[in-house]
Amino acid sequence: MTPALVDVQGLVKHFPGERGLLGLGRPRAVVRAVDDVSFAIAPGQTLGLVGESGCGKSTVGRAILRLIEPDAGRVTIDGQDVVALGARPLRALRRRMQIVFQDPYGSLNPRMTVHQMLAEPLAIHRIARGADAERRIASLLEEVGLDPSFARSYPHELSGGQRQRVGIARALSVEPHFLVLDEPVSALDVSVQAQVLNLLADLQQRRRLTYLFIAHDLAVVKHIADHVAVMYLGKIVERAPAPVLYAGPRHPYTTSLLSAVPVPDPKAQRQRIVLAGDVPSPAHPPPGCPFNPRCPHPKKDARCRTERPALREVAPGQLAACHFAEQPL
Amino acid sequence: MEPLLRVRDLKTYFVTEHGSGTARAVDGVSFEVQPGETLGIVGESGCGKTVTSLSILRLIPEPPGHIRPGSFIEFEGRNLLTLEPRELRAIRGNQIAMIFQEPMTSLNPVFTVGDQIAEAAIVHQRLSRRAARTRAIEMLNLVGIPDPDERVDHYPHQMSGGMRQRVMIAMALVCHPKLLIADEPTTALDVTIQAQILELLDRLQADLGMAVMLITHDLGVVAGSADRVVVMYAGQVVEQAPTTALFARPLHPYTEGLLASVPRLDAPPAREHGRLHGIPGQVPAATAWPDGCRFHPRCRYAWDRCRAEAPPLLDAGGEGEPGAHTVRCWLLTEPRRRTPHP
Repeated sequence: MTPALVDVQGLVKHFPGERGLLGLGRPRAVVRAVDDVSFAIAPGQTLGLVGESGCGKSTVGRAILRLIEPDAGRVTIDGQDVVALGARPLRALRRRMQIVFQDPYGSLNPRMTVHQMLAEPLAIHRIARGADAERRIASLLEEVGLDPSFARSYPHELSGGQRQRVGIARALSVEPHFLVLDEPVSALDVSVQAQVLNLLADLQQRRRLTYLFIAHDLAVVKHIADHVAVMYLGKIVERAPAPVLYAGPRHPYTTSLLSAVPVPDPKAQRQRIVLAGDVPSPAHPPPGCPFNPRCPHPKKDARCRTERPALREVAPGQLAACHFAEQPL
Repeated sequence: MEPLLRVRDLKTYFVTEHGSGTARAVDGVSFEVQPGETLGIVGESGCGKTVTSLSILRLIPEPPGHIRPGSFIEFEGRNLLTLEPRELRAIRGNQIAMIFQEPMTSLNPVFTVGDQIAEAAIVHQRLSRRAARTRAIEMLNLVGIPDPDERVDHYPHQMSGGMRQRVMIAMALVCHPKLLIADEPTTALDVTIQAQILELLDRLQADLGMAVMLITHDLGVVAGSADRVVVMYAGQVVEQAPTTALFARPLHPYTEGLLASVPRLDAPPAREHGRLHGIPGQVPAATAWPDGCRFHPRCRYAWDRCRAEAPPLLDAGGEGEPGAHTVRCWLLTEPRRRTPHP
């Protein structure tokens, strides 16, 4: 097996509980946004990181790039220990790891033209200037499927799909090896979503990119991921190669997420497991298995309410954190 | 059966600021909603779905917008476009209700959810404050919010996205409307919460016997809920059919493209190396719809006639009554051409 390009071991990020009004009173409970998360991604591969809002998946993406500081854990990218790096080498490493955000409206500076947005990283990382920079900007735009004349546009003149293409071009401008894609298609129409997913697949092939693809929709992830990790309340509850996970999910949460995907076929026979309620607050996770209050598994028992299931290998290459992983839903 | 709502040749235009012309956002749309049925309205952003629903409620800001003479919107036999404001208010929010896409911005942050749900009941049904509060608690219970007695006094910021969308639904349904217009009710939500909300709408519709207009860009969402589907493109209806017929035999190339864009769990893993067959390009500006068939620049079947001549809605035949399945496409006259050009 080739060594992983991205290796994450025991990643932890806790946010301190806020105090009440005016900073008085007792601080509230610590929010365990990311709680001991481990995974590895081989070069040129995609890990899909899936879960509902608030499960900590975006925090994982940001902590890996040190856009927020992790509290514990080891992150290695391209053989370099990211967590231990000082400011200067970290900046150099940033050339090799970039991020694309969910909201194509909020993540582009409304006062900068597309040209300025693409020229800035080239200048900061001393990659190109002058005529060379112009050439690179034009070819970047073409690579993401935009006419080079878009360089003169401001974000408000672009559609959601075009903005997302600019966000991708900006991330690619420094020629990274690794991209964190944080819900890159969730805010787009299905037709545009398909275009952007195809673009990401093409770019990955052409540039041998490695992706951490964060999403809440397992159907979207199926089109791009080689491996899938499912997160719930700050922890990975299932992890497996994509074909294995889609063919036979072992955690009832994964099964529920799969059943929630709308099927574009009115005659489809299926049982939709509708999970009751919302994700509990990560400041007050339920005792035992954190999924137990919403779990639809018929065998669920007292053990689920008291004993936290460990993430363990239940089949070759497939890990699940469920006491009943051998009897999946 | 008399339709509950009949929209005929609706044209809603906007005069743009920069003199770039008139935006023909909705340009000759006709459809009907039967009592108790769910009608799905599907299309990409910019196709006129939302303007259609706002026109029905007469919520189009005038100026810059206006509904053209000759348009006709009839609800239970009354033309909504000629009603006095007072008469219109008696229908809007009472017999026709609407839920919007963004539950975050559609709720007032400074009133409790109970007050916001109760308001319509006080205005339209002249309930006392106390009775309206009781009704609000009933509604919260109906939409599946736990501890409704407590939640009634909460503010929107104390609730999650899924809960706020439930509150929106409770607000819309408090007067037991005959028609609910749901504009992208699940688009901003997680798939799990989307499944909850769709299930809830199905159940409430069955219990209350109301008709629903479900507006979405995702054909996957209408497949499980709608009885019939209207597909809109560039301000027009391009295909209209019972849901089963539409999915079994999507005839308009735009419908085909929308269907192929939906990521599916049942797709073979390496469908052309994981590629989705979407629709190239994007919806043109409403100030400059293309000549001929408005879809032709993005259509993989287009030929000379499509560029020159706008197709009318043609009857596709098939099962059911004449006119049950209609399509605005020249392919219907020359089915041989349904082989894409290289």
